[in-house]
Amino acid sequence: MTDASSAATPQTGTAQIKQGFAEMFKGGVIMDVVTADQARIAEAAGATAVMALERVPADIRADGGVARMSDPKMIKEIIAAVTIPVMAKVRIGHFVEAQILQALGVDFIDESEVLTPADEQYHIEKAGFRVPFVCGAKNLGEALRRVGEGASMIRTKGEAGTGDIIEAVRHARTVLGEIRSIRARPSDELMTVARDLQAPYHLVQYVHEHGALPVVNFAAGGVATPADAALMMHLGLDGVFVGSGIFKSSNPERRAQAIVKAVTHYRNPDVLAEISEDLGAPMTGINIDSLVPAERLAGRGW
Amino acid sequence: MAAPRIGVLALQGAFREHRQRLESLGAQVSEVRLPADLAGLHGLVLPGGESTTIARLMTDFGLWAPLRDFHAAGGALWGTCAGAILLARGVQGAPPQFGGQQRSLAVMDLTVRRNAFGRQVDSFAVPLDVHGLDAPFPAVFIRAPVIEEVGEDVEVLARHAGQIVLVRQGRLLASSFHPELTADARLHALFLGLAAPPVPA
Repeated sequence: MTDASSAATPQTGTAQIKQGFAEMFKGGVIMDVVTADQARIAEAAGATAVMALERVPADIRADGGVARMSDPKMIKEIIAAVTIPVMAKVRIGHFVEAQILQALGVDFIDESEVLTPADEQYHIEKAGFRVPFVCGAKNLGEALRRVGEGASMIRTKGEAGTGDIIEAVRHARTVLGEIRSIRARPSDELMTVARDLQAPYHLVQYVHEHGALPVVNFAAGGVATPADAALMMHLGLDGVFVGSGIFKSSNPERRAQAIVKAVTHYRNPDVLAEISEDLGAPMTGINIDSLVPAERLAGRGW
Repeated sequence: MAAPRIGVLALQGAFREHRQRLESLGAQVSEVRLPADLAGLHGLVLPGGESTTIARLMTDFGLWAPLRDFHAAGGALWGTCAGAILLARGVQGAPPQFGGQQRSLAVMDLTVRRNAFGRQVDSFAVPLDVHGLDAPFPAVFIRAPVIEEVGEDVEVLARHAGQIVLVRQGRLLASSFHPELTADARLHALFLGLAAPPVPA
């Protein structure tokens, strides 16, 4: 057999490749880690990727101050420690932090409201990067604006570092409800829908035609138990990010494994009952009603 | 002939895309998460995703022996990307903390190297010449493994840049790329041929 295909130039960094990579995380759990040891625990527990950051959201909340991209040395240590994909966070709008992470060989960038925003008006133009991006969204307009900028994956914002699932549920129900309502609209109303959502028209057309976002949609922010993770899957999300919920609990290894199983078997209450047993104490948690508006992270981003 | 009944291992990864592609070809498709889900199937697809995650869940839910038995009893298997790793006799590039070892079904006479083409920024798409197909297949390689060694019974169906990326051995098919991410259903049709139920006498 001749190897004629080697004559064709391989394409890299296309939307298909970036979105296709995000598809591979589906039905999986992406775990926040702050050390190479935690990354190894996450990988052994069945994480589909790790998110490398200096402080988990619960500590960012407790410490205050400006939260930035992590030290490249720590990110490199985590990349060397595991074979699963490594994600890392940049501040909203901070395209230079993103260039640095791409140069480090990070597999996915989270343009995250959990860090202190760098730009109060503009998000990063993501389409020009070879590395794919995930962005948070509270509603469909926000999700489609991020996809329009080139995001390959969307997640709920939740209220990170609280262990309170309510805000993630609200974002998921809002986005999925708005998708259902667009699906039901006649096509001649879509331009006005796009205007009202402040979303790109062609992406509104896509949602109308397919009844789904053009990229995968994960839950994030406040997931603390296997039941929380299964709840988000039932609502119609594709997978789960877990931040403070694992390494702020009393038995991270056990809890991480249980959340991985819960995302696969979310439709099977018998399995969920078995894996939810005897996990030790969950993270303490903060009821989000007790947060003054300035302490809320989910409101960041525009 | 009745439509073949195909399972898609739905522990984690791109199982929905495989399901849609197989259904578009008329197969009867179901999702497999527990050993009992294998009953009555003619073939099973092991999708792309994270091979360490899928392997962990296969251990947790007791799927290793039932999958080997399923193949021994005549079931066809197709592994794409992570799935190909799970079929191989030998796996290289497993996580260091696993002692460099990754569990696999070891039903296919291959040695596979994980993440052989590099990290995500190195992932690529390329038209691929496939033995038996008259036009190139649009192959998407995502942090893809390569097939480094094959046994005598293994037929090499495609290479990219000299590396083996698609192979067949009897009722087993393995691809290091992701046919389910394209609209091209020709490799799914090939697999349905391998998994076709025997014609009643």
